[in-house]
Amino acid sequence: MNRNILRKVVPATAALTLAIGLSACAAGNEGDSSGSDGVSGTLNGAGASSQESAVAAWKKTFQTDNSGATVNYDPVGSGGGREQFIAGGVQFAGSDAYLDEDELAAAKKKCGGEIVEVPTYVSPIAVVYNLEGVDDLNLSAKTIGGIFQGTIKKWNDSAIKADNPDADLPDTDITPVHRSDDSGTTKNFTDYLDQASDGGWKGGVVETWPTKGGEAAEGTSGVISAVKNGKGTIGYADESQAGDLGKANVKVGDEFVEVTPEAAAKTLDEAKTVEGRGDTDIAVDVNRTSTTAGVYPIVLVSYQIACQTYEDEKVAELTKAWLSYVTGTQGQEDAAKAAGSAPLTDDFAAKVKTAVDTIKAG
Amino acid sequence: MTATLEPTAPRPGGGGDLHTKLSSNQLPRLLPWGVFVAALAIVLATVIANALGSDLPTTRIVLLVWAVQFLVPLLSAFVEGRRKAVDRLVTTFVVSAFTLALLPLGSIIYTVLDNGLPVLSGEFFTYSMRNVVGEGGGIYHAIVGTLLITGAAAVISVPIGLFTAIYVVEYGEGTRMARWIRFLVDVMTGIPSIVAGLFAYALFVLFFGEGVRMGIGGSVALSVLMIPVVVRSCEEMLKLVPNELREASYALGVPKWRTIAKVVVPTALAGIVTGITLAIARVIGETAPLLIIAGATDSVNFNLFGDRMATLPVFAYTSIRNPGVPPEFSLDRAWGAALVLLIIVMLLNLVARLVSFLFSPKGEK
Amino acid sequence: MSSSVTKGRPQKSAAPRRAGDVIFSSISFSAAGLILATLAGVAIFLTVEGVPGILASPDEVKSGESFLPYVGPLVFGTLLAAIIALLIAVPVSIGVALFISHYAPRRLGSIFGYVIDLLAAVPSVVYGAWGIAFLAGKIQPIYEWLEKNLGFIPLFAGPASATGRTILTASIVLSLMILPIMTAICREIFLQTPRLHQEAALALGATRWEMARLAIFPYARSGIVSASMLGLGRALGETMAVAMVLSASGVVTFNLISSTNPSTIAANIALSFGEASGLTVNALVASGLVLFVITFAVNFVARAIVDRRKEFSGAN
Repeated sequence: MNRNILRKVVPATAALTLAIGLSACAAGNEGDSSGSDGVSGTLNGAGASSQESAVAAWKKTFQTDNSGATVNYDPVGSGGGREQFIAGGVQFAGSDAYLDEDELAAAKKKCGGEIVEVPTYVSPIAVVYNLEGVDDLNLSAKTIGGIFQGTIKKWNDSAIKADNPDADLPDTDITPVHRSDDSGTTKNFTDYLDQASDGGWKGGVVETWPTKGGEAAEGTSGVISAVKNGKGTIGYADESQAGDLGKANVKVGDEFVEVTPEAAAKTLDEAKTVEGRGDTDIAVDVNRTSTTAGVYPIVLVSYQIACQTYEDEKVAELTKAWLSYVTGTQGQEDAAKAAGSAPLTDDFAAKVKTAVDTIKAG
Repeated sequence: MTATLEPTAPRPGGGGDLHTKLSSNQLPRLLPWGVFVAALAIVLATVIANALGSDLPTTRIVLLVWAVQFLVPLLSAFVEGRRKAVDRLVTTFVVSAFTLALLPLGSIIYTVLDNGLPVLSGEFFTYSMRNVVGEGGGIYHAIVGTLLITGAAAVISVPIGLFTAIYVVEYGEGTRMARWIRFLVDVMTGIPSIVAGLFAYALFVLFFGEGVRMGIGGSVALSVLMIPVVVRSCEEMLKLVPNELREASYALGVPKWRTIAKVVVPTALAGIVTGITLAIARVIGETAPLLIIAGATDSVNFNLFGDRMATLPVFAYTSIRNPGVPPEFSLDRAWGAALVLLIIVMLLNLVARLVSFLFSPKGEK
Repeated sequence: MSSSVTKGRPQKSAAPRRAGDVIFSSISFSAAGLILATLAGVAIFLTVEGVPGILASPDEVKSGESFLPYVGPLVFGTLLAAIIALLIAVPVSIGVALFISHYAPRRLGSIFGYVIDLLAAVPSVVYGAWGIAFLAGKIQPIYEWLEKNLGFIPLFAGPASATGRTILTASIVLSLMILPIMTAICREIFLQTPRLHQEAALALGATRWEMARLAIFPYARSGIVSASMLGLGRALGETMAVAMVLSASGVVTFNLISSTNPSTIAANIALSFGEASGLTVNALVASGLVLFVITFAVNFVARAIVDRRKEFSGAN
C-alpha cells in the first residue's frame, strides 16, 4: 500500500526540487548586465595556461569597468590557442611563443591583413632548490647547464664551490627536476641554457625535455612539490609559485642577480624585435647573455595575438579595449599583483600601445 | 525464505547444534574475530601513539600484525583438518584484501574532507568566480555546469545503453551482431577521455564551425565514455534475471516487450540503477574532454546549447594548475570543488538506492 | 559456438509477436546500431586525423622521431602500467566484493559498498594530487629497501627514486582508481548468484570457500572478466592521474622504482597536447589510434578466452 503512494510522491518531490533549483538562477555576485558603460559584447580567447591567473585578474577589472563585456579564456595551451586563432575559433590567442613563419602566414590570411602580436605577460623563472643548510646559492649559467645536463652530480662539486666560496655545501646527490609536460617555461629555460651556458648544456632549445635522466614533474605545481618533497633537488619554475623554496642567484656579467620581477622586466628592454615582421608584430628574442647590471635573463615572455582588422566593429572595439587595458600600466600592475608577473617597462609599453592602437574595424 | 536459512549458514568455526559431537575438533568460535580485533587495536594504538609524538615503526608493526593473522589457519590445519584450514586461509585473505583496499581509499576521502570542509560556506555555494581574484568567490557556476552537462549525458546514455543491453541479452542473444556489439562496447571502454573530447569537438565543428563551445558537446563527449559502462553493467544484470521468470511471463501470454518492460527490467532494477550511478560517477569527474569542448568560464550559464560552461573538475584542475598569487585561496577552492563533487555523487547514490528500493519487486534476495 | 549459447534461451516464437514488440525490438536494435555508429565515428576520426601524423617525417614533428620509434616506448609504458594495475586490482577487488557480499555482516557490507561506490567519483586530479602528496612519500622508503635487499631482481634495480614518483606508484594509483568500478560489478554479480546453488553447496557440507568456488565463481566468471575489462580499459586510458604522478622520461625499462620511467600514451597526449601544433597534433592523435587498437586487441583476446567456456546466463 505504502509503496503505491511513494511511487507518486517520489517523482513529484524530485520534480519540485528540480524546479526550485532551476528557478534560483543567477549567482550571488552576478548582477544583471543591462546598464552598460564602455564597450560591450563577448570576447573569446584561448591559449597558454601560464597567463591564466593574470587573465583572471584582467577580466575582473575589465568586466567591472565595462559591465556589458564578458571575456572568456580557455587555458588549452599555447599550441591549441594558436591553432584555434588561425582557424578562426577565437578572437585572440595567448601563446608562450610567437607565431612561426607558417603560422604567421596562415594567421594573416585568416585576418585578411596584419596581425597584432604583443607581449602581455613576462614572468621571471626562478631556479629553485631544496638543500638543507644552504639558504643562499649563487650559480653561473655554465654550472646550471651542467647540473641539468647531468654532468655535475654532487652538491659539493668544484664548479658549485667556485660560485659559492662561503657556503657549506654537503656531499649530497643532485636530483634535477624538470617539466614532464611540454611548456613555454621549459623552452625559455633551455633557451637561456643554450645561449648562456657556454657548452654546459647540450640539449638545445626545446619545449619537451630532451634528456632521459632526472626527475620529471607535471606543471609548475608538480615541479615545486617534487623539489619540496625531495632532498638535494633543484628545478625551474615561475618565481611567483616558488613559495619558501630557495631561489638561486644567477650570474650576469660579474654579479649574481637575485630573481625579481623588476630585474626580469629590464630584460625585455634589451630584447631584440624579430626582424622581417610587421610593425604591429612585436615578437622579441630575449638576449640571455646580457651583461648589463641588474638584468635577470631567465624570463618567460607570453604574448597575446589578435587581428589588426575585424569585420565586426564591436569585436574590434572590444579587442582594442581589452589589449589596451592589458598592456597598459593598470593592467600590468593588476597582473603583477595577482600572478607575480613583471610589469612591462614604460618604454616598452609605449611601443606596445602604438601597435594595439592600430586595431580597427574594416 | 531467507529467514529460515540464515541460522544454518556456517559461521567461522561454528557448527550447528547437530554437530556438537564434532565441536571438540573446532577452534573456539570467537578466536579469528579476537585475533582480528586485537590486530586492529594494536595498529590503531600505534597510529595514535605516533600522532602523539612517539616514533614507532608503523610499517613493521602492521606487517607483523598481518602475519599473525595467518596463525589461525595454521592452527586450524592441525586441529580441524585441511578443508577448514583452507577456508580460514581464504577468509584471512578476503579480509586482508578488504583492509588493504580500504586504507588508501580511506586516506583519499580523509584528504578531500580535511582540505575541502573548511572551504564550504554560503558564499562558496552561491557565488560564481566572475570578477573574483584571490580570496572569496564560489563554485555555483561550476555546480550548475556539472549538473546540466552530466544530466544531459545521462539522458543520452541511459536509454541508448539500456536498450543496447536489452538487445544484446533479450533480442540478439547468440547472434553474430550481438556478439560484435558486446565486443565493440568493450573496445569502447578503452577510448581515452581526451580522444572522446577531440571527437566531440570535431563532430560539433562540422555543424557549428570553428571555435564551438557548448555544454551539450561536453555531454556528447561524456556519453561516449559513459555508454559502454551502462551497457556492460546493464547487460550483466539482465543476464542474471532467472529464465524461469521470463518463461512464466510468456506462459501467461504476455508479449515479449511487456515481459521485458514489466518483468525483466524491474527484476534487475537494483543492479541497473547501481550500474547507471557508477557510470555517472565515472564521467562526472572527467576534465580533459570538457576543457576542450565545453571550455572554461567564470560566469553562470544555464544554456546547454550556447557558450562555455564551467564544470567542477575543470574548475578544480585549472585552480590547481594556475593558482595565482598567493596560491592558497585557489587551492582551497579546488579542494572544495572536489569535495562538492563527492557530495553530489553521494546524494546521487542515495537517490539511486531509494529508487531501487521503492521500485524493484520484493522477491527472493 | 553460438549454438551452445542459444540453448537455454526461450525461442522467439514462444511469445506472441505484436506491434509493441516490433517497436520495442527495433528501438533496442537502433540503440545498438547507434553505438556502432559512434564507435565507427571515433575510429574514422582517429584515422583521418592520425594518418598524417603517422606519415609525417621526423623533422616535421616536435619529437624529431618517426612515428614507430616515437610510439613504441609509450605502448610499452601503457601496457606495463595497466598490467601491474590490473594484477593488483583484480584479486583485491574480488576479495573486497566477496567480503561485502558474503563475509561481512549484511548491514556493514552495504555501508562499505556505499563508501567504495563513492570512490568511483573522486576526480582523477584528486587521485593524482593524493598520489604525489601522500602515497609517493610513504612508499619511497619501501623502494629504498627494495633496492637494497632485492636489487638483484631487474625490476628493483634502482637507483631508487628520491621522490617515490615511479611507474609502480602510478600503477598503484591506477589500481585504486579502477578498484571501485570493478568491486561494484563483482559485488552485484556475487549477490545475484542463485541462493539455491549456494545453499545446496552448504547443505552438502562445503565450507564457505568451497561454496564460493563451486557456486559463485563459475556463475560470476563472465562478469568478473567484464569487470576486469572495464578496469583495464580505464587503466589504459587514464590520463591526468598518471600524468601527475609519474616521473616520465619515455624510456623502455622494467625497472619499477627509479625516477626514469616509461610514459603512457594517454598521459603523453595530455602532457604534450597543449603546446602542440600542426603535424605534432596529428602524431598525438595517431598515438590515440594506437591505444584504440591495443584496447581492441586486448578485448579480442579476453573475449576469446571467455567464449571458450560456456556462457552461464539465466538461472538454469
